[in-house]
Amino acid sequence: MEVGQIQRQWVDCMKSLFIEVSTLLPTIKTLEGFLDAQFLQLKQLQDETNPEFVVEVVSLFFEDSERLLADLTNALDQKAIDFKKVDAHVHQLKGSSSSIGAQRVKNACIAFRSFCEEQNVDACLRCLQQVKQEYFLVKTKLETLLGLEQQIVGAGGSIPMMELSL
Amino acid sequence: MASSSSSSSPNWVMENNGVMPHVLAVDDNLIDRKLVEKLLKNSSCKVTTAENGPRALELLGLASDEENTLKGTGSKVNMIITDYCMPGMTGYELLKKIKKSSIMKEVPVVIMSSENIPTRVNKCLEEGAQMFIQKPLKQSDVKKLTCQLMNCRG
Repeated sequence: MEVGQIQRQWVDCMKSLFIEVSTLLPTIKTLEGFLDAQFLQLKQLQDETNPEFVVEVVSLFFEDSERLLADLTNALDQKAIDFKKVDAHVHQLKGSSSSIGAQRVKNACIAFRSFCEEQNVDACLRCLQQVKQEYFLVKTKLETLLGLEQQIVGAGGSIPMMELSL
Repeated sequence: MASSSSSSSPNWVMENNGVMPHVLAVDDNLIDRKLVEKLLKNSSCKVTTAENGPRALELLGLASDEENTLKGTGSKVNMIITDYCMPGMTGYELLKKIKKSSIMKEVPVVIMSSENIPTRVNKCLEEGAQMFIQKPLKQSDVKKLTCQLMNCRG
């Protein structure tokens, strides 16, 4: 595949990460991208002294999140649920997702925390499912994006500059 | 003019090796630590990170175990930036301990938090925090900070 084609795929992938019509409320179409402006901040931090910065941070995010999701699953599986512990894990995940710009994961965590406060088990379990879903969606898309970047650079091309008015 | 005691000397910025300020960044979140480190390095700072308050105190030479400190390497810390919400010792508690110490109380402490709660901000500022910054951190926030750090003394 020639570089131009891969670059176009990259552009499409980027667009789909930032602009996504949410169908959460059927009557109201909202724009809630998988990523927000914070991800662009991350990209801007990458330079010649650290050309793998974004890949490193994203990889850390994947590892950290999967560990937290496993801990959350375990914590909510207990007979006597320690909601403080659950909240602490969600707080961590909210922080990480916010820092890399994973907007939908962050928002799902915010909702999750309010149910932790209420100690509502069923709502917490639903929130956990929601967070997992959002996480795996953004993970897949980010892996695609970073994979395309690798291909472009490998083929001697350069990552396109994108103007995104967020 | 500078008094004889180094803790009240206005020239602590100049006491560093060369021009690079040395910042201690404290955060329990791995991703945030990596991010703040990069942001600070991009602003020409030397960075040391700690994952909790007790470890930070150790590095600053304020814990009971004096062996494991940065001071031993001659690297004086010019600023501390810490997350507010940390398990065990919070950023606020760390701030208080630093401000109570005779050797570190002049070092500016910046608090970071994802939650911009006025009572939280006020109590940190009252306790002597230099600044309260909202997370997630941006390059412009850190540039502002480090500019202040380099210009406010000496």
